[in-house]
Amino acid sequence: MALLEVEGLTIGIGRFTPVEGVDLAVDRGEVLGLVGESGSGKSLTAMALMGLLPLIRGEVRSGSIVFDGVDLTDRPPDLHRRLRGRRIALVTQNPMTSLDPIRTVGAQIDEVSRLHRGLDARSARARSLALMDEMRIPRASAVHGQYPHQLSGGMKQRIVIAMALAGDPDLVVADEPTTALDVTVQAQIVRLMVDLVRDRGLALVLITHDMGVVAQACDRVVVLYAGRIAETGPVETIFAAPHHPYTRALIGCIPTEGQRRGTLIGIPGQVPSLVDYPDHCRFAPRCAAASATCTSAAPALDAIGASRVACFHPLGRDA
Amino acid sequence: MFGYFVRRLVMLLPVFLAMSAIVFLIVHFVPGDPIDHMLQIGSSAERRAELAAKYGLDRPIVVQYLLWLKAALGGDLGEAIVLKQPVLDLILANLPYSLALGLSALAFSTVVGVTVGSIAAYFAGSWFDRSVMAGILMGSMLPSFWLGLLLILVFAVQLGLFPVSGARTWDALVLPVLTIGIGGVALIARVTRAAFVEVAQQDFVTLLHAKGMTRGRIFFRHLVRHALMPVVTILGLKVGWILGGAVTVEFVFARPGLGSLLITSLGQRDYPVVQGCLLMLGMGVMLGTLLGDLAQAAMDPRVRDRMS
Amino acid sequence: MSALKPLLQAIATPRGAPAALVLVSVVVVAILADHLAPHAYDAQNLMRANLPPSADHLLGTDEFGRDLFSRILYGARISLGVAVTSIGASVAIGLVVGAVAGYAGGWVDRILMAVVDLTWAFPEILIALVLIAILGPGLGSTAVAITVGYMAQFARLARAQIVALKGETYVEATIGLGAGHVHLLMRHLVPNALTPVLVAGMLATGDAIVLEATLGYFGLGAQPPLPSWGAMMSSGVGQMFLAPWVIVFPGLAIAITVVAINLFGDALIDALQIRNRLREG
Repeated sequence: MALLEVEGLTIGIGRFTPVEGVDLAVDRGEVLGLVGESGSGKSLTAMALMGLLPLIRGEVRSGSIVFDGVDLTDRPPDLHRRLRGRRIALVTQNPMTSLDPIRTVGAQIDEVSRLHRGLDARSARARSLALMDEMRIPRASAVHGQYPHQLSGGMKQRIVIAMALAGDPDLVVADEPTTALDVTVQAQIVRLMVDLVRDRGLALVLITHDMGVVAQACDRVVVLYAGRIAETGPVETIFAAPHHPYTRALIGCIPTEGQRRGTLIGIPGQVPSLVDYPDHCRFAPRCAAASATCTSAAPALDAIGASRVACFHPLGRDA
Repeated sequence: MFGYFVRRLVMLLPVFLAMSAIVFLIVHFVPGDPIDHMLQIGSSAERRAELAAKYGLDRPIVVQYLLWLKAALGGDLGEAIVLKQPVLDLILANLPYSLALGLSALAFSTVVGVTVGSIAAYFAGSWFDRSVMAGILMGSMLPSFWLGLLLILVFAVQLGLFPVSGARTWDALVLPVLTIGIGGVALIARVTRAAFVEVAQQDFVTLLHAKGMTRGRIFFRHLVRHALMPVVTILGLKVGWILGGAVTVEFVFARPGLGSLLITSLGQRDYPVVQGCLLMLGMGVMLGTLLGDLAQAAMDPRVRDRMS
Repeated sequence: MSALKPLLQAIATPRGAPAALVLVSVVVVAILADHLAPHAYDAQNLMRANLPPSADHLLGTDEFGRDLFSRILYGARISLGVAVTSIGASVAIGLVVGAVAGYAGGWVDRILMAVVDLTWAFPEILIALVLIAILGPGLGSTAVAITVGYMAQFARLARAQIVALKGETYVEATIGLGAGHVHLLMRHLVPNALTPVLVAGMLATGDAIVLEATLGYFGLGAQPPLPSWGAMMSSGVGQMFLAPWVIVFPGLAIAITVVAINLFGDALIDALQIRNRLREG
């Protein structure tokens, strides 16, 4: 059994259902990519994994989140809370606002060790410095005593990652960890995270809208569209032979070296609004291959080779 | 920190000069000869000449102001017309009472206000939150001296629990502090609650939850420091308000203090005392503002760096 | 006029309706005091001093035998009259100063705002006491004290609004079309800045009523026998044990009026949706 197995996860906020029927699984030493446009439900899924849906007035309406054999949706919320920081950690999107501005960054990392490892002040600080070194933060000792506003975005994000690792978690959920950073820094952070996974045997759920990051870092990927899974499978397979038109289009959006100007193709149309999510295939309005079936029913997630696709007319298969 | 302190002091200097200049000019704006406003009617010609020379009344107004200021800063605030004592003595005799009242009111407002505000914020939206905040709000809109009188009527006259007036015993502080305090509690509770509600929505709070802390710990170990910052700011800004409230309340409760002294002297046209009191109160306001700024800088590292 | 709609919206709320009713009543009382009061406000009758409320004297009498009910009715005229006119003047001056400072910028701005900030740094009551020291006690001095004491917030608000509006493109366009500065200010900028300043003025009127009453209570405001709500209570302190109604009722009048002003003002702010514009930049 994988460390984390999610089945049929459906999330509701008020009278809306932004996420429906999501399956995913990730094991130690693996990187699972969760990719989709803004509004596709990726961040909500991350919050669900962390048990933080109540913060945004959301709740798990159905489905299961099984971590290390225990279904967290079936237990009191306090259990999930006790896992947070200690066995499941979060890396958030915007380092500029994720850190407490009136405490030193060092204290914020120390706090995790003291909370979950029972260390005293000195040992916690030593541990934090070691972590900061691992994060390739230069002059860790000096940085430890600094405040967030005195550090760059890339540096702050390394601090956030250090904070996530301080509890020695088994699973890290990273919600768009590089989106708010400079392009040059993005690659560094991604590489850092991948190295951590290999070195420590972590499980990493990497949420992003950038297929380039997925190609670079992930072992398997889940493609979300408008709250539902469009396609999921191993990265090599998905990239070599995408079956869902959306996945195909997403891959086509990655700029390549030597690409001629004016040839970057976007996806025509817009994501449907949460307010009127149709019951049928949500990608149909933007799909070149859409037929009458597509606008009357929702496609089920079927296996094609090593991947699973939710599409009535998947590419690369006999229609 | 020290650099910040010095910078703030320098910025306050022009305000101090302007405030003291206006206080100084009072005797010059009042119709009549300034000397008449400093002396009892029928004082000897020598006395008049003495004062005229001391305050340089034949010299340019700026020089007069500087002479007056120099004397004042050295402790010489002139002599009271009615009581015939050095003004400084009168002020020093009354100052402890005003300080006791002001500081107690400050402490009361802050402690009760922050407590009420944080609990209201923790239970934001509940009936407790709404009724408490509404009640406090109503209380703050009432004129403070009326509130004081009502408290005297109920607790001192009818129930006999506290002294009606004066400052002879410790419990004489209770009703006056309560009178000033209600307005203060209302303000601080509102600011505290709003600060909590606002900070609870910030991104870093998500990470705090992600670290696995309980809501209570997040609120009362982490967010409190954030919520206190606007409180400190507001306290610094409203020190003047507390002083003003103290002035009123001293009069209502017939307590000795700078406020009573000021009001009585105004009625008696005892200008040296009026000027002395106004100068002290003005300086008190400025000192309070400065302390508020320093406290804020101590709590928020961003403020310290901002002013360079 | 479009100004009417938010007013009606504010009245239509659960807090706005009773508040508006109270305010209208107070204004009516102030205007029609002569007709509504059963007695003259200065009609003394020492034989009937310190009487509790009765049919003849609805709210009792004070230590000079004057009818409290009548005095409170006339008091509405004084307290409300002084507060409204003084705040009106304060708003007008503050608006001009703030608009000029905000529009001109540079050293004009700095000097004007330095003067304004001087009053802003100190509590209104202290400023009032300084002015009374200079002008002597009396209703006129109170009016001046209120005008000067509250001006700072209006100037700061007006300035913040003008500064924000100055950056709008239509300003550049209008100047490009050859409009003069005064024209621009008067026709375009000031009317837009008017709303938050007027609402702030309304709320300040409540504070001003309390300030006038406080000064009256000190004996430094309206002089006897003028029935300012505050002055009425000061002559009553000595009689507190014998005739508590002399203290309770005038204060109640103030409290009801001020609470009504604040509630209605709050409802108005919601109706106009200007809550964030009321921060002073």
